[in-house]
Amino acid sequence: MALEAQEVERIAHLARLGIDPDDIPDYARNLSDILAFVELLNSVDTCGVEPLAHPLEAVQRLRPDVVTEADERENFQSNAPLTEAGLYLVPKVIE
Amino acid sequence: MDWETVIGLEIHAQLATRSKIFSGASTRYGAEPNTQACAVDLGLPGVLPVLNEEVVRMAVKFGLATHSTVAPRSVFARKNYFYPDLPKGYQISQYELPIVHDGYLDIELDEDTVKRIGITRAHLEEDAGKSLHEDFHGMTGIDLNRAGTPLLEIVSEPDMRSAKEAIAYMKKIHSLVRYLGICDGNMQEGSFRCDANVSVRPKGQEAFGTRTELKNINSFRFVEQAINYEVERQIAVLESGGTVVQETRLFDADRHETRPMRTKEEANDYRYFPDPDLLPVEIDQAFIAEVTLSLPELPDVKKQRFMDDFGLSAYDAGVLTATRELGDYFETVVESSGGQGKLSANWVMGELSGALNKAGLEIDASPVSAGALGGMLRRIEDGTISGKIAKQVFEALWAGEGTADEIIESQGLKQITDSSAIEGIIREVLENSPTQVEQYRNGQEKVFGYFVGQVMKATQGKANPKQVNELLKKMIND
Repeated sequence: MALEAQEVERIAHLARLGIDPDDIPDYARNLSDILAFVELLNSVDTCGVEPLAHPLEAVQRLRPDVVTEADERENFQSNAPLTEAGLYLVPKVIE
Repeated sequence: MDWETVIGLEIHAQLATRSKIFSGASTRYGAEPNTQACAVDLGLPGVLPVLNEEVVRMAVKFGLATHSTVAPRSVFARKNYFYPDLPKGYQISQYELPIVHDGYLDIELDEDTVKRIGITRAHLEEDAGKSLHEDFHGMTGIDLNRAGTPLLEIVSEPDMRSAKEAIAYMKKIHSLVRYLGICDGNMQEGSFRCDANVSVRPKGQEAFGTRTELKNINSFRFVEQAINYEVERQIAVLESGGTVVQETRLFDADRHETRPMRTKEEANDYRYFPDPDLLPVEIDQAFIAEVTLSLPELPDVKKQRFMDDFGLSAYDAGVLTATRELGDYFETVVESSGGQGKLSANWVMGELSGALNKAGLEIDASPVSAGALGGMLRRIEDGTISGKIAKQVFEALWAGEGTADEIIESQGLKQITDSSAIEGIIREVLENSPTQVEQYRNGQEKVFGYFVGQVMKATQGKANPKQVNELLKKMIND
């Protein structure tokens, strides 16, 4: 399966990656190679094989419903570029 | 052309846990911004989500109460999208293997019409934070206290055919999650939210029309308005030869209309995949049996019991079981009235509900306790007071003037049941109304009511009306 330039742009957009238009043919070739490699799996007969949700043969552990975390806002916000009134500030987003 | 409306609802019920779905941070509402957002909620590197047991228990409760299949094995998946109130860049949700699926709920449309609405699935997921757009020097403020709050997303089949049916279903789910104690149902605080998928098709056509999704409508009234507006809009588009565009629309409560959420709708591609941080959730029969035992009496069962035990109509029983609190109140009234089911129902749904509505109070804030109301009904039943005088007693109960017995005593409201006293008054009334007596004897039986009225007036409503009727009938014909 060979990817078109347009699909590469869409994938980059979904991942919010800015890419140089000159690099698109390279990306297209590399990504297509990866897809071709994965495509191999389709040649295996998987009838009767249960889909794998996790490589570990284990079951999710559950924790009791208890509040264990204290307020560490000050600590966490010391890493944030911009805060005000207890809020993290980010560039304006409008729906 | 005749059009048929098709509606499916997605309801997000915030689960009433103390801590978050994957972290030990508190879920308390209204805290200072970001004081309840821990490293897991912030998506800091190296953290590991661990599932809250109570969340699983609550989802199972919902599944059992809606005749659904509780999946023996369910899987969490990452739903990828970028928005600043979702710091990880993905929401942990469930996709192919939800915890609950294939159930139903019966809704009552009127006295004799019950409709079954399919529940496709109910899956667990985490809520996002909140974005505040106002007044931060052109920037957006982010509060992540809500991030990681557990949600149960309940997805219905497209089984509803009108806004009225959608509201009935939504109310039923709302009532159910509160009965189960898994969600507080507070719509103002966003604990119970609804998205509606709406489409129209020519009557008789089997294929669905193109649907639009109406987002985040936060009251029953708005859901109804939004759906009705959207149905009319779609019909107008189709009848003028246009096509409905599949898109997300927001309801504007001020202008009573829906409008597209984004001008350029790009097809969502969430790239779901199983979350490698979380293992599959397995639920065994022992756990289900334990949860089954902890279930309260469900609304439908309670309703049927009210009909069987107290002889209530389906409608009355439905009203009285709409919330767990009202059902409990009613049952206490019946008990303290000495088992007067029908009388209790009339008073709770009539006088009491009216007074509560007028005062803007919920049943659990009623100034008249269930015991006090029941005590008064006991006095109606044993003939101490008439139903009419009881309204006066009720007002005094509401004003906190004591128990029914105290009020009856201090205000001298006791019914006159002494026949000779009543006969004396009747005699007086008859002597003072010779014209009316004449009319009555000439066949104008309507005048009878006039005499009853006069006697009641003379006794300030304290005579037993039944007794007055009997005695009057006897005396007037003598």
